[in-house]
Amino acid sequence: MTSHEPIEAEPGATAASPDKGPAQPTPGVDQYHVDPSLPAAGVEERHDQAERQPKHRAPAPEEGKRSFGRTFREELWANNNFTVTLLAIVLALICGGVLMVIGNAEVRDQWQYLLYQPGKTIGDTWAFVSTAYTDMFKGAVVNPDTVNRWYWNMTTWQQVFYPISETLTNAAPLIFTGLAVAVPFRAGLFNIGGQGQAIMGAIGGGTVGLALSLPAIVQVPLGVLAGALLGGLWGYLVGILKARTGAHEVILTIMLNNIAFLFLGWFILQQGIKDPARSDAISKPIQESGRLPQLIPDPLLRANLAIVLAVLAAAGVAWLLKRGRFGFELRAVGHNPHAAATAGIKVGTTVALTMALAGALAGLGGTSVALGTAPALTVDMLGQIGFNGILVALLGRVRPWGVVGAGLLFGALQAGGNAMQTFSGVSVELVGVIQALIVLFVAAPALVKAIYRLRRSPAAAAQAGLAKG
Amino acid sequence: MTTSTMDVELAVPEAYWTRARKTGAVMIVLGLLATILFGALASSENARFALGENVSGAGFDIPGTAGAILFGLVALAAGAALLVTGKHFGVLTGVALMGFIISALCWQMSVSPVSHIMPLGFIAAATFTAAIPLIFGSLGGVLCERSGVVNVAIEGQLLTGAFFGALFGTLTGSFWLGLLAAAIGGALLSAILAVFAIKYLVDQVVVGIVLNVFAGGLTAFFYEQVMRPDTDAYNFPGKVPSWPIPGLVDIPIIGPALFNGNIFSYGSLIAVAVITIALFRTRWGLRTRAVGEHPAAADTVGIRVLGLRYANVLIAGLVAGFGGAYFSMLSTTGFSKYMVSGAGFIALAAMIFGRWHPVGAFFASLFFGFFGALTGFLTSISSPIPSQFLSMLPYVATIFAVAGLVGRVRAPAADGKPYVKG
Repeated sequence: MTSHEPIEAEPGATAASPDKGPAQPTPGVDQYHVDPSLPAAGVEERHDQAERQPKHRAPAPEEGKRSFGRTFREELWANNNFTVTLLAIVLALICGGVLMVIGNAEVRDQWQYLLYQPGKTIGDTWAFVSTAYTDMFKGAVVNPDTVNRWYWNMTTWQQVFYPISETLTNAAPLIFTGLAVAVPFRAGLFNIGGQGQAIMGAIGGGTVGLALSLPAIVQVPLGVLAGALLGGLWGYLVGILKARTGAHEVILTIMLNNIAFLFLGWFILQQGIKDPARSDAISKPIQESGRLPQLIPDPLLRANLAIVLAVLAAAGVAWLLKRGRFGFELRAVGHNPHAAATAGIKVGTTVALTMALAGALAGLGGTSVALGTAPALTVDMLGQIGFNGILVALLGRVRPWGVVGAGLLFGALQAGGNAMQTFSGVSVELVGVIQALIVLFVAAPALVKAIYRLRRSPAAAAQAGLAKG
Repeated sequence: MTTSTMDVELAVPEAYWTRARKTGAVMIVLGLLATILFGALASSENARFALGENVSGAGFDIPGTAGAILFGLVALAAGAALLVTGKHFGVLTGVALMGFIISALCWQMSVSPVSHIMPLGFIAAATFTAAIPLIFGSLGGVLCERSGVVNVAIEGQLLTGAFFGALFGTLTGSFWLGLLAAAIGGALLSAILAVFAIKYLVDQVVVGIVLNVFAGGLTAFFYEQVMRPDTDAYNFPGKVPSWPIPGLVDIPIIGPALFNGNIFSYGSLIAVAVITIALFRTRWGLRTRAVGEHPAAADTVGIRVLGLRYANVLIAGLVAGFGGAYFSMLSTTGFSKYMVSGAGFIALAAMIFGRWHPVGAFFASLFFGFFGALTGFLTSISSPIPSQFLSMLPYVATIFAVAGLVGRVRAPAADGKPYVKG
């Protein structure tokens, strides 16, 4: 339910133009333009609605008589964002279960005897898949066994909170990189450069963290600032090139990702950065005074200040987009750059600053890894957080609080995936597949709707009716 | 989005400073840099360019300092000619860049503590080998985008092809069936792209990015679950055989590159030729381009827009998937997870750099492959230039290309726009 409320609470962009037809390409948009008002395939949804309009009675007149309970019940199995997201997750988990079975030799072989022992085959399969997913849940949220053992004083309370701590640790960088995609999306820009911006942020924050020896109260903020600054500059470069020359930001950011990656590879080998005691490509360890403080000082619970900063950043972005002057200009440019320019908004400046803001957010994501969990700078320290940030932003429907929810979900999947690999022997790579599938299904609500035979959302219908009337 | 707003500013007629003249000025700077800096840094040792595949055999010597200065002057002269005349943009830019690179090589090779010899045949072969997956990938991109569907999923298609090639090549014991499976694997991923982009109208860049993650995760998952525990049974496809063409192999420099090939190298040349002819000389090609530029008009004259887009996206998957098998069946034996490691994105850059034209994409792939080969060579002679910076050059060049500094590129007009009849 948490992800439901913010979506409803912020009508902002999406509700603004329900009658905009799908087949009217905005003049002058380039081929990588994203329609900022419609994360993923809202277009299709509406198009579909328009087609189906005659089959349904317009429910708008009844609106007053309907009780809350009935509305709730009807909304629950209807084509709204919350239900679609939930069902997309279910669908992705089912697909993941199928893949688990295909990937496990014993269970796979059992299916040869489906006709002889149908009960055993189905039972084994169910046991295998449900155990794996249970392990995932235990590794991501809470393990009832640990709670039980703690109740009987057989283990420490830290063990009980370990899964949650892992989830929060994994979620923090994803929320940052997710915001770095969500903000430019609202301005009509698709930022694929989260990875490169995060790398630059990690370089900035990491360098401060390993090279200086100041009191923690100075060094930590300095590192965070350096990360945001370097990431922001990397993003600003995209913005200024886009604004000045009209180059596709998609291509620019892909290239800058690779450049940043190569630069990191060179940087960690330089004198003063490289660990002289090691022969492999790794920097000196981050100093203790440069590390983000842990929320609970305990070696087991890794969750650190990064998750707090991430939520604060989301709150800041939410405020900016809704109330801030710059946020208004950003959304105006996203809706219609020509109209925005006519209204006196400096489109180029807005684009450049939006990308700088996005870069700073992604840079914070990189910094949160460098100063939070990574022992030192290495080439693959960030994994794929930039690209996963794109998925997080899309799942969060490019809204700040949606991104927080999606980041927590992905963080939980990652933490749970590690547990699943340890206890059930199912490779953690499955998590990537499940994440991609969730976003794919969320991006095509028409598909989910068709699979589950969802009703049309009464609220959306009412809105459409109002807009038409 | 904001392009058109800014196009207005850009479209102010530039009386003197045209694109060619600006480039000429840049080339003059490069030429000066080469003449003065490289000339000063180079030593009097000879830089030897051997024609064959190894450092012995016929070749020619260029004295280090003289060569660096001479070729720097060539770059300078070409740049000056471009600045003065403003004509022959392509040829003069090419000559200037070539002069700059040779000047840099004379400097690097003359001061190298390891070797003063550059085997040109080896460089040519390495260039082409590095370019092969980029050629297939960028051709996949061209086929898709010419019909109006953005293909950011090249990376995923290559990866799926590599995985399918290794898996089915091992299971069937035949590299032919492995190659077929690789192509089909690429097409399967393409089919998802097509359905989501064309039927469900999801933003095409979004689907592409998500599909890359999907393909990466899926292949890595099955690699960990199935291939790694039993490599011999599932991940041992063997290498594709080499088919040298007698006689032609002995041509200096280009012989080893072009005529000591295998199914991938010959296949890439054939694919470029076939796709070029098909796109520009056949009815299918004309229709594809029409659908990519103006689908409504194409629909009006009775072309099935969506059907053609489906077909093109699937063919693109076949081509890219086939090329993906290069990774698991030629460059190494067997699949390993995330082995494509960004080649799909370079292929995307090559497609844009080649201006959405098969031949352009081919040369852009060679250009990127050349920098790969050069990086390898300079590392081997322990050049002081960090290899990472050399590897960055293709990406920097692409940024210059899309930013319009080296000539503006233009995508098919309807690229990325879903078509809804109505």
